[in-house]
Amino acid sequence: MVMFWVLLLAISILLYVLLDGLDLGVGMLFGLASGETRRSAMLSAVAPIWDGNETWLVITAVILWGAFPVVYATLLSAFYLPLIVMLLGLILRGVAFEFRYKTHRLRWVWDLSFAGGSLIATFIQGLTVGALVQGLQVTNGQYSGGAVGWLTPFAVLCGIGLCLGYALLGACWLAKKCEAEVRDVAHRQIPALALGVLAFLVVVFAYALAENLPILHRWIERPYLFVFPAMGAVAAIVLALSILRHNDHWPFYTVAVIFVSAFGTLALSFWPYMIPFVITIEQAASPHSSLAFMFWGCGLIVFPLMLIYTVVSYSVFRGKVGTTAGH
Amino acid sequence: MDMTALLLSRIQFAFTISFHIIFPSFTIGLAAWLTVLEAMALATGRPVYRVLFEFWLKIFGIAFGLGVVSGIVMAFQFGTNWSVLSKMTGPIQGPLLMYETFWAFMLEASFFGVLIFGRSRVPPWFYLFSTAMVALGTTFSAFFIMVNNSWMQVPSGYVMENGAFVPDDWTKILFNSVVWSRFPHMLLAAYLTGAFCVAATGAWYVLRKVYHAEARIMLRMGLGLAAVLMPIQLLFGHLNGEYVNTYQPSKMAAIEGRWNDEKPGSEVLFAWPDVEHRRNLFAITLPPPFGSLIDSDSLTAAETGLNSIPPENWPPVVIPFFAFRIMVGCGLVMLALAWVGSYLSYKHRLAYNRPLLWLTFFSFPLPFIAILTGWFTAEVGRQPWVVFGVLRTADAMTPFLTTTEATISLVIFCAVYAFIFLFGTFYIYRLIHTGPARKPFAVPHLAVPNRPMSLADEELIPESTHAGAGE
Repeated sequence: MVMFWVLLLAISILLYVLLDGLDLGVGMLFGLASGETRRSAMLSAVAPIWDGNETWLVITAVILWGAFPVVYATLLSAFYLPLIVMLLGLILRGVAFEFRYKTHRLRWVWDLSFAGGSLIATFIQGLTVGALVQGLQVTNGQYSGGAVGWLTPFAVLCGIGLCLGYALLGACWLAKKCEAEVRDVAHRQIPALALGVLAFLVVVFAYALAENLPILHRWIERPYLFVFPAMGAVAAIVLALSILRHNDHWPFYTVAVIFVSAFGTLALSFWPYMIPFVITIEQAASPHSSLAFMFWGCGLIVFPLMLIYTVVSYSVFRGKVGTTAGH
Repeated sequence: MDMTALLLSRIQFAFTISFHIIFPSFTIGLAAWLTVLEAMALATGRPVYRVLFEFWLKIFGIAFGLGVVSGIVMAFQFGTNWSVLSKMTGPIQGPLLMYETFWAFMLEASFFGVLIFGRSRVPPWFYLFSTAMVALGTTFSAFFIMVNNSWMQVPSGYVMENGAFVPDDWTKILFNSVVWSRFPHMLLAAYLTGAFCVAATGAWYVLRKVYHAEARIMLRMGLGLAAVLMPIQLLFGHLNGEYVNTYQPSKMAAIEGRWNDEKPGSEVLFAWPDVEHRRNLFAITLPPPFGSLIDSDSLTAAETGLNSIPPENWPPVVIPFFAFRIMVGCGLVMLALAWVGSYLSYKHRLAYNRPLLWLTFFSFPLPFIAILTGWFTAEVGRQPWVVFGVLRTADAMTPFLTTTEATISLVIFCAVYAFIFLFGTFYIYRLIHTGPARKPFAVPHLAVPNRPMSLADEELIPESTHAGAGE
């Protein structure tokens, strides 16, 4: 039962990162684009999906609370300020998405909120992961790092890295979904962003070596962990080839594989800890009566239905969107 | 423990949840109203019901979107500010909120898509069915939220293990008398909110002499529904009083402004509770046994006063005392309006009675005020407990939260919410001001099931539609 909820949690987080990652990325690139034609084409490439993407964040939160309350309580309170700023960033961009079409005069306000909210939310997600990898300061089962304990150079670096990563994912999505100018710009951005992500990975690895982060020891103990980076490396090579060939579709799938391999790498190197080296899955899990109650009423049927619903809404929306958005 | 951080966290929770509850209480009522309209359109075949349906669907879209967006925060705030609570009650509250999220997502998201795109693609009965499913989804949400909150009011079906609340009987948690008097109370409140917003819109159109046919239906149906539901709501309000009296004597004593034990009890109608001296100033009181009659349905029952409860277990007396009276006051005004209005409407005299139309128009804030003050009564009256009788609010807060952090978060919450709330309300106002469109409904090009607010795009910027038509 515990493993069932670990699996659902992993699926939800991965789906959130991949799906909201691409529309947060589009949101950040939106800030760089000029002209209403390009902007509205970019928006229409994510319009039908962004809201559904964001629900995976809420689903992640309720699975955490219901199945692993200790982790929910510890993480959310430890990252108090960044989390609240992230939520407000997400709210602002969500509302901006809707309200920009309801006004002409104030459109710039909503455009700014959209790009800014995307950037803030992404940066904080990266920051959080970075701080977790580095290790939270916990004494007697309680976070003791202080109000800004998460603010380390490594965490900031990870924040920037995730901005590059989501932007890359967003650019690949735009290349896949759009035509004409938006696609051409995306094709120019993809190599630059890919190099940026590569540089980030090199720096992170060097930093981890220099600081001798505890996570590295896991790698020496568990050589099979290298499967995931190897998968990522293969994907990176395919990505490079598809960039050279100006393919519209392959970059997105290869970047998605790179994200999956990064997620798998992190998850397995933490295993069996949920908060690295402090709280394990077994320690965090809710009692059986809670897990079983959720299994019958939510996990068994409703969760698969939600997955199907997600697949259906993406397949309804397959193919290119028009540059002039529907006209 | 930082006492200022505690106070700020409580204010922040109260602020964000008050902001949030406005939208669901509106949309639960509207979803039911949409179902009725669609059923009427099918039954009578009159086009006016279709016009009304499409008009209110757009308003539903914006309110629903704002509700979803402000609800996201609630899923996180238990963990950020109340980490001890969420750790201890996670095994019970977590699953309940998961049911709420999963089921709402299933029903609302998928069937809302049918409402937007399905008119020409699905048979009429299925369209009606989808409307009902969206209404059912909002009702499910309300149910699990009420179960969750009722458990915090009167915890049951659990055992304590290693400092955590472990569920040992879910049927007790889901199906107890507290849930089943509080859930209908909330549901009826939401229906009344919908009814008064619809009636107020109708009154406004009659006063402005526009949309005559639609306005008359909105007035008649809104006030008529309220006239039927209001007495039932008062009954459920009374039933709520019984659970409070049984399980939460401290809340009851604060609501009643009752300081001393009385047998039988008197009933304070109005007063200014002077907490320091433990007395009521300027009190207007009904003699015994009215207090016992109202609180315990008895002529002789003993009623507990605050003096026999240790002061450290008192709620802040003044807030539940006044919040309760404001709620009841709003309810009584709504009852009077609904009955007089329905009577005049029945006599075909309402359309000429401008004072009553103005009153009806200005009545739309009343149900919202009643809902907010009702929740203030329930939640502030529960203090100093977060899980009544078991866990104190002060012990439930994140222990290392500082005043600085709590201040920063509260300030940015207020700023962002004020910003989006102002615009959201403004857009709803503009939609209602513009009124129903008597033309076939065109789905905006970017509208999708996941974006309820997008329904109103074309409506709100007509200039772009004209530009688009020329292309």
